[in-house]
Amino acid sequence: MLQRLRYLPFLPVYVAVYFLFLYLPILLLPVFSFNDAATTTLPLAGFTTKWYASLWGNTVLLQAARNSLVVGVCVSLLSTILGICAARAITRYRFRGQKPATGLIMAPLFLPEIIVAVSLLMIVLQMGLELSLVTVILGQVVFCIPYAMSVLVSGFEGFDRSLEEASYDLGETALGTFRRVTLPVVAPAIVSSLLVTFTISLDEFILAFFLSGTEPTLPVYIWGQLRFAAKLPGVLALGSLMILASVVLLTVAEVLRRRAERRTRATLAP
Amino acid sequence: MPDRPMIAIENVSRFYASYRALDDVSLEIGAGEFFSLLGPSGCGKTTLLRLIAGFDVPTSGEIRIDGVTSTLLPANRRPTNMVFQNYAIFPHLDVGENVAYGLKRLKLDAAEERRRVSDALDQVRLTGLDRRKATELSGGQRQRVALARALVMRPKVLLLDEPLSALDKKLREEMQVELRSLQKAVGITFVLVTHDQYEALALSDRIAVMFGGRIAQVATPKEIYQHPRTRKVADFLGGMNFLGARLVAERGSDVAVETARFGTIRLERPKGFAAPDGRVTVGIRPERLRLLWDDERAPHELVGRVENRAYFGEVTHLTIGVDGLEKPLSMIETNDYGADDLPLGAEIRLAYDPEAFVLLAEDGVGR
Repeated sequence: MLQRLRYLPFLPVYVAVYFLFLYLPILLLPVFSFNDAATTTLPLAGFTTKWYASLWGNTVLLQAARNSLVVGVCVSLLSTILGICAARAITRYRFRGQKPATGLIMAPLFLPEIIVAVSLLMIVLQMGLELSLVTVILGQVVFCIPYAMSVLVSGFEGFDRSLEEASYDLGETALGTFRRVTLPVVAPAIVSSLLVTFTISLDEFILAFFLSGTEPTLPVYIWGQLRFAAKLPGVLALGSLMILASVVLLTVAEVLRRRAERRTRATLAP
Repeated sequence: MPDRPMIAIENVSRFYASYRALDDVSLEIGAGEFFSLLGPSGCGKTTLLRLIAGFDVPTSGEIRIDGVTSTLLPANRRPTNMVFQNYAIFPHLDVGENVAYGLKRLKLDAAEERRRVSDALDQVRLTGLDRRKATELSGGQRQRVALARALVMRPKVLLLDEPLSALDKKLREEMQVELRSLQKAVGITFVLVTHDQYEALALSDRIAVMFGGRIAQVATPKEIYQHPRTRKVADFLGGMNFLGARLVAERGSDVAVETARFGTIRLERPKGFAAPDGRVTVGIRPERLRLLWDDERAPHELVGRVENRAYFGEVTHLTIGVDGLEKPLSMIETNDYGADDLPLGAEIRLAYDPEAFVLLAEDGVGR
């Protein structure tokens, strides 16, 4: 039974302070990105969009954005495809070593990222590989698979095997069944996984910093810009855009994930 | 035996590692027959149905459907269609698209496809619901969509895997009547898997009762209820009073057995019956025992007392202790004369018909 929360006078204050601490810095980002001054000090000097405009002329930044896009798309595709295989194995079959295998796939979520980044860097250098976007992609895929898998498992869990059997039974082939039943039913979960992993890749810094070599992604570029005080307002504008993109992508992903869950649940209900 | 077998199962076994889900089963199901596979969970009835559907392959044995050897034929190339236990309605399609799912592969012209879909929906009384979303259907409607989706393919055999178990009692009884009349209307072979003996009795032309991967008896509902071959079959199909007895004479197709209190009873000897040590079990259904009121007399009477009583509305179940019997007898009495008011411990007389006894084989013997 849920209990009604007893009213404690300090509770609203605590909640307010907590949210301020969490979101005020992030809210300041867009505020200062529209501020007509090169420094982030109050009072505000006036409204401008010139920092956003300056982003367009910056070829290094645009190159970094392009790198991030390439990495993001590759990482989301790869980790979702691998996540589909893992999620299907976990939800569909019972096999020896299933629990430990699941645990090991999820483990990167809890490993210190910087340690993993350093060890990956050592291995890549040992093998004599060139640092490039490819190494960033490989590193980020390892970290994104757990996210992809948890989104996909919740989408596949309700997927009822008899749906595929019903399709065969009605004369459809294995390929046709995948196209006409399996894919459409789990599609929202797959799209959701793509969006989540893309967003994570877009924001990811540590792996990209260690493994990107001469091709920075956006977070690595931002890190580099922070040394120059004059570049700060441009970074704020860029950061605001990235927050906006992340929020939009994650919201869409969550809506799709819930829809997938509802849909598969509905087939099971008697 | 059916005139023309639609399905022939010959010595079919299905082992999962060392577990024998089906153990050397042979069976013929006739064209146009409503056939039920009845048994407790784990008896192999669903395994057999899935072998007929083509979702699984037997470890050994042969399956023929309409004369065609189908043992290894995949599900999508068999003239069978299935209604799944959970109905397996495609959640991303509406009712019409669900029903048309299998037709799409036949590449019919649009008008013909529409006609067949709407005919199928009419058949299951879902007329005009073709644009309804799959997620907005009630349990009964889902079941009808599953039926229509299978029937629209015009299969030679319709397979039904516990199709009514998810419905509440009232709806289930309605659907039983409907299933029966639907089968008569379309005239194709129905194979129903169920663990509900009343459902099997009410719907079927013939029933196969299964235990532990084997078929214990195949017969019409009446035959299987009145003349169960083994103790387990008798027990599974409703209540039965079991009595230990001693074989005293065998003559041709008849035997005589001696029981405590019921005396010597003549019985028909079942096929393959054997009792090497002379000990046998006989049974009589509770409703074949009858209370005698006041000075009513019967040719065969027994005295006992009421040990327990349970009121079921139209009938009362009584447990009657009889001196000299190992176990009390259970009987079912209508409430017309006040059986529901009999006090515990009351002395009663009951009548029985010696013809109502059946001789039961021990399980696993004589097959």
